[in-house]
Amino acid sequence: MPQIRNYTMNFGPQHPAAHGVLRLVLEMDGETIVRADPHVGLLHRATEKLAETKPFNQNIGYMDRLDYVSMMCNEHAYVRAIEKLLNIEAPIRAQYIRVMFDEITRILNHLLWLGAHAIDIGAMSVLLYTFREREDLLDCYEAASGARMHANYYRPGGVYRDLPDEMPKYAASQFSKKDLERRNANRQGSLLDFIWDFTERFPKCVDDYETLLTDNRIWKQRTVGIGVVTLERAIQLGFTGPMLRGSGLAWDLRKKQPYAVYDQLDFAIPIGSEGDSYDRYLVRVEEMRQSNYIIQQCVQWLKANPGPVTLDDYKVVPPKREAMKEDMEALIHHFKLFTEGYSVPKGEAYAAVEHPKGEFGIYLVSDGANKPYRMKIRAAGFAHLSAMDEMVRGHMLADVVAIIGTQDIVFGEIDR
Amino acid sequence: MSIQILQERLNERLTGKFENIIVANNELTIEVSTKELHTVCHILRFDQQFDFAQLIDLCGIDYLTYGCDDWETDEATYTGFSRGVERVHEKSTWKNPRFAVIYHLLSLNHNWRLRIRVFLPEANLIIPSVLPIWASALWYEREAFDLFGILFEGHPDLRRILTDYGFIGHPFRKDFPLSGHVEVRYDPDQKRVIYQPVSIEPRILVPKVIRDDNRYTEDK
Repeated sequence: MPQIRNYTMNFGPQHPAAHGVLRLVLEMDGETIVRADPHVGLLHRATEKLAETKPFNQNIGYMDRLDYVSMMCNEHAYVRAIEKLLNIEAPIRAQYIRVMFDEITRILNHLLWLGAHAIDIGAMSVLLYTFREREDLLDCYEAASGARMHANYYRPGGVYRDLPDEMPKYAASQFSKKDLERRNANRQGSLLDFIWDFTERFPKCVDDYETLLTDNRIWKQRTVGIGVVTLERAIQLGFTGPMLRGSGLAWDLRKKQPYAVYDQLDFAIPIGSEGDSYDRYLVRVEEMRQSNYIIQQCVQWLKANPGPVTLDDYKVVPPKREAMKEDMEALIHHFKLFTEGYSVPKGEAYAAVEHPKGEFGIYLVSDGANKPYRMKIRAAGFAHLSAMDEMVRGHMLADVVAIIGTQDIVFGEIDR
Repeated sequence: MSIQILQERLNERLTGKFENIIVANNELTIEVSTKELHTVCHILRFDQQFDFAQLIDLCGIDYLTYGCDDWETDEATYTGFSRGVERVHEKSTWKNPRFAVIYHLLSLNHNWRLRIRVFLPEANLIIPSVLPIWASALWYEREAFDLFGILFEGHPDLRRILTDYGFIGHPFRKDFPLSGHVEVRYDPDQKRVIYQPVSIEPRILVPKVIRDDNRYTEDK
């Protein structure tokens, strides 16, 4: 009888299902995983060290590049940490704009996750649908900030600028002239009108994804009972966000430690019961619906309440360009802010937000300078991926891909 | 959420176990010695009064250049500003040991956060691992070891995690240059990727400036 031995297999870093640059060293007993050793760090850019060499505001752009599918949420945590140290608070309208874009970001993230997760375990078409909706949301990003992905939109003391009154329209192309009217139909009003139109369409879209997946036999075979994490282990392993809620604990920083204006908004927190991949899928899908509802509330509020979107404090927020032309003091402040930046008082602060993937926190230490002395990024995915070994043990090789998918891994934030 | 209650309970239950307790920015920090770390963490984790079930974050920090700036802001009136390219590391205001490990704890039941700081002198960078108390420490401690060279006693798998295979040094220490020491490139002659000393020099784009700001000192 031939001797059967465990063998070691390398997975990634160049593998479509590795979600970026995950390298897994798998010890296999036939098709079954005995041990998994994730090798991370292939995307390590030392963001935290880079941040120590740049004035506070210049680091906002790095935040977008951490978890590059939920850009503005990362910014929110960083900006909040600075605001905590400076002891300032953004104007209420800016807070609503931030919440609205946080939720847009959550939908963006979950849409990408859903499409990628589905394509990983065999459902081709979902990705095409989710990217259709992502396109509209990225247009919102672009209209507000000028960039489709790396928005660099939040600032300590508010947001970079107010929402535009006009939604950019498609220009006539040589291929699709006849379609132009239809494509521009919902872009006649302001950005808020466009977002409102989106929120009215979107629940129907989520229904469509659910039609494709929720009762799908193959989908259930690939996700039910896969990667089960008990609540006790989920807490012990430092899980947050949908990974924790999927195991049955209604822990959401938006409710439990409300920041910005979340305490004034109405929304529910979905939780799972089994703690498997399928539950986490259901949780995230429901989160998209709840986010949609939050966005609607924000749009209504923002339409009714115009006002300033930045603090009127030249020590932190640069003055308007018009003011600079007339006012010597404004010019000096502008010059100081853009050459040196503002100094942040000595101290330390930890600010966390409910990021689409879990708790995203920024720990900031300042020694009174215009640059952070130390910045630590608490990325949700890092804790989740460290539990990979525990989650895949005893599963089949194909389930590894399903578990990578359900953890919603993005290497920008894990490797930092 | 009230941190006063937490502070009272800490003072009551952990008297003498921590060296210092700091309240700032509505956040609570306790400073613990390496000797007491395990006792304190054990109580914080398993005592129902605290119930800090989650270790949210663990990181190292190097205080070598704390309070050092590139520009003499007070002198500038008389001397003018230099370009700030020549660094002076002489007047660090830091009095405590050079390194520290920071733990961020979260109590899901009581909805509290707590920060623990453990100072480590450069000569003895060893600290007991909290892995038996919180499983999530597994990778965080590897990371702190990788980036700062802090050794976690009792950690079963203290390998590098973020840096390259075969990396030398601990990059997040303040005396490690931003540009690093080696760079990689493909060498067409040898037909492989090679390591060589870096060809770039780090430079300061915006000098680090520390300013006394009366707005923040008044109320303290």
